[in-house]
Amino acid sequence: MENKPLYSVAATFNDVNKTLAAVQKINEAGYKNYDVHTPYPVHGLPHAMRLKSSKLGWVTLIFGFSGALFAFLFMYWVNVIDYPLIVGGKPFYQLPAYIPVMFEVTVLSAAVFTVVWMLFIIFKFPNNSHPLIDTEYMKRVSVDRFGISIQANDDLFELNKVKEFFKNLGAEEVFEIYYKIDELKDKPKIFDKKFISFLALTSIVVSAITYFVLNQLLFMSPFNWMHEQFRLNPQKATTVFKDGFGMRNPVEGTVARGYLPYPFKGKPADAEMKLVNPLIPTKQVLELGKEKYLTFCSPCHGNFGFGDSRLRGQFPNPPTLHSDRLRNMKDGGLFHIITEGQNVMPGYASQLTTDERWAIVHYIRVLQRSVNPKESDLR
Amino acid sequence: MRTIDYTIEPPVVEGKPSLSSINEDIARPLETKPTKGWYIAISISLTMLLIGAVSLAITFIEGIGVWGLNQPVGWGFDIVNFVFWVGIGHAGTLISAILFLLRQRWRTSIARFAEAMTIFAVMCAGLFPAIHTGRPWLDGYLLPYPNQHALWVNFTSPLLWDVFAVSTYFTVSLVFWYIGLIPDLATLRDRTTNKIKKVIYSILSLGWRHSTKHWNHYEMAYLILAGFATPLVLSVHTIVSFDFAVSIMPGWHTTIFPPYFVAGAVFSGFAMVQNVLIIIRKVFKIEHIITLDTLEKMNKVMLATGMMVGYAYAMEFFIAWYSGNQIEQFVFLNRALGPYAWSYWIMVSCNVLFTQLFWFRKIRRSIPVMFVIGVLVNVGMWFERFVIVVTSLSRDYLPSSWGMYIPSIYDIGILIGSFGLFFTLIFLFIRTLPVVSIAEVKAVLPNSQPSHGGNH
Repeated sequence: MENKPLYSVAATFNDVNKTLAAVQKINEAGYKNYDVHTPYPVHGLPHAMRLKSSKLGWVTLIFGFSGALFAFLFMYWVNVIDYPLIVGGKPFYQLPAYIPVMFEVTVLSAAVFTVVWMLFIIFKFPNNSHPLIDTEYMKRVSVDRFGISIQANDDLFELNKVKEFFKNLGAEEVFEIYYKIDELKDKPKIFDKKFISFLALTSIVVSAITYFVLNQLLFMSPFNWMHEQFRLNPQKATTVFKDGFGMRNPVEGTVARGYLPYPFKGKPADAEMKLVNPLIPTKQVLELGKEKYLTFCSPCHGNFGFGDSRLRGQFPNPPTLHSDRLRNMKDGGLFHIITEGQNVMPGYASQLTTDERWAIVHYIRVLQRSVNPKESDLR
Repeated sequence: MRTIDYTIEPPVVEGKPSLSSINEDIARPLETKPTKGWYIAISISLTMLLIGAVSLAITFIEGIGVWGLNQPVGWGFDIVNFVFWVGIGHAGTLISAILFLLRQRWRTSIARFAEAMTIFAVMCAGLFPAIHTGRPWLDGYLLPYPNQHALWVNFTSPLLWDVFAVSTYFTVSLVFWYIGLIPDLATLRDRTTNKIKKVIYSILSLGWRHSTKHWNHYEMAYLILAGFATPLVLSVHTIVSFDFAVSIMPGWHTTIFPPYFVAGAVFSGFAMVQNVLIIIRKVFKIEHIITLDTLEKMNKVMLATGMMVGYAYAMEFFIAWYSGNQIEQFVFLNRALGPYAWSYWIMVSCNVLFTQLFWFRKIRRSIPVMFVIGVLVNVGMWFERFVIVVTSLSRDYLPSSWGMYIPSIYDIGILIGSFGLFFTLIFLFIRTLPVVSIAEVKAVLPNSQPSHGGNH
């Protein structure tokens, strides 16, 4: 138990050839747990220490291939499955265009994981509490001496014997390296007051900064997300025009497309005389008429024009569309009624385009003919 | 005639210094008070950085309309500077990785510095595409991350390849650089007497203890990283050249672009490394570590890559003629004789003509002359990118849509700022970290390796 704080006995040599010879001798003497510390990589030393050559290349291989595969699958998933977007008429899956990103991800993953694996898994770094750190011995070997350290946990280890052994090998200085007892006892505690307050402070600062950046900073000028621009917004005031209105009236006397004024306002007889249905009752026109009739007319006139309202008396029922008067009325008359309205029926000019109104007229003719067919229809 | 025995490799470091004197020489700038020269230098570079910062701030507030960009030249100084700075970075990786794989031992004395330069140059480069987007605070959309718009980036666009190439390049360069620094940081940790420095070095060196068991893996990792950095550095400028070559713009749509860009990148990068090293070795008195032989070898690389670039210039003209494509022919005649002919001839004279002086041994070994040629090469290479970007865009297919590009004062301010950023980082670097790899230089000193039985 006395030996426990002793980590190793270490010796320094001032010549690289001497060091190599000493390593041979140590091997012959049968020591296993020893290490050689040199200020730079010395060729042949790992071989002399009978170290196996590094297997790090396998880590690189595995992570490199995983990177390539991941990049390929990810791009395939994005471009073909999740977000297929045609760019320049090219196919979704195009391997040549995936190569550059696959290559970069391969290199990134292989390089980073090789280093991370070496430092944190093989070397178990960071390890500043190692007994060799901060010793005179370490200060020698990081300048110009070559050091060998035989650990106390070696089976053959005996303090005085090892010291003698080093002296015989021609060592310059011999050190006894001890564990730092206070560091051994001083196990880091999770619920340490300092640690907890450090964590709390960090989290407060980080969340405050995050809140500020995401909710305040990004909405300040110039980070205004294109909200503030020199442009006209609908329903908003502006400084561009003298009257302060952002929305403008059309120039006087102009007519918007599709909004020619109706020339037969209040003149149903003229309309019936002069208006002719411009549409031919094709299948499309009739289907348009049916759709619009069912939407706008059928609530009061009924699905087949019998005046059987679905409104259950909330609105007066209109007369049937199959009366002689309406059957004999010309298309222009029906159009005028739909446009201007009649009695309690409002006009539908604001809800139906001219073509849609004419299509409804055609559809009404279909309904009328289905109730009162001609001789020829029955044949 | 002097005869040279090529069978013996000249020593990397002159005059047989001891191992401990390497520590002293390299750590000296970190442990002494900065000289007056350093203060003057960093004030100049900080002033340049400030000019850039002000120009950038105005750009952010007003929008990129303050730049000289307009139809038809939508890529101006921002892209020119981006390509220029990425190119500067390439020399660092070439020195640290490719020359490592080729067992060029003279690289050891300049590798650390060149790698640092790579990182700083890529930082400068990364700035430009970021601000080129106009609203750099929204640049997060460049990355493919699951977002509330259910929207992904276009993986088949060269501009997105650029995002991956440059960010990978930066990360891998940083990792490579840091791996090289760990043993040196451990050496500094054991050397320093300052408590704060000790804590910083201890954290950064992660508890490295120069163990041979570690060196064994470390050397493997270094080899692997060098092996990856080599194709990476070639891919980065290749992908940058795809930004141009994949388009259908006359003068851009050429297959020679990838090798041409890579050669040009190495060319300009070496010129930059050579320039800065000439100053560093003088100021820090490490002429015996960064030797004249090393500088001469760099000049030879510049001569070789300069001729590759010259070959590319000639080949572009040849292909334009050989293709029989009128528009292509016009573009190149326009480069040499059009409104931007001055920039074309600056490019040719700086990159191809002046570097021919390096055929003479005396000039290769004359520090003032090589410094001037290095500066000219960087000017020439900057203008090469200007010629490629601006002349093609300003006069493409339709004469009715031609236009001229005139950079605004903000463009120039940001360019100055990028140089300020680069040199400020370099000046801070040479005061805080070892500019030469201590462990690597020790390993190539005479008598540092066993004289017999080594396992090479």
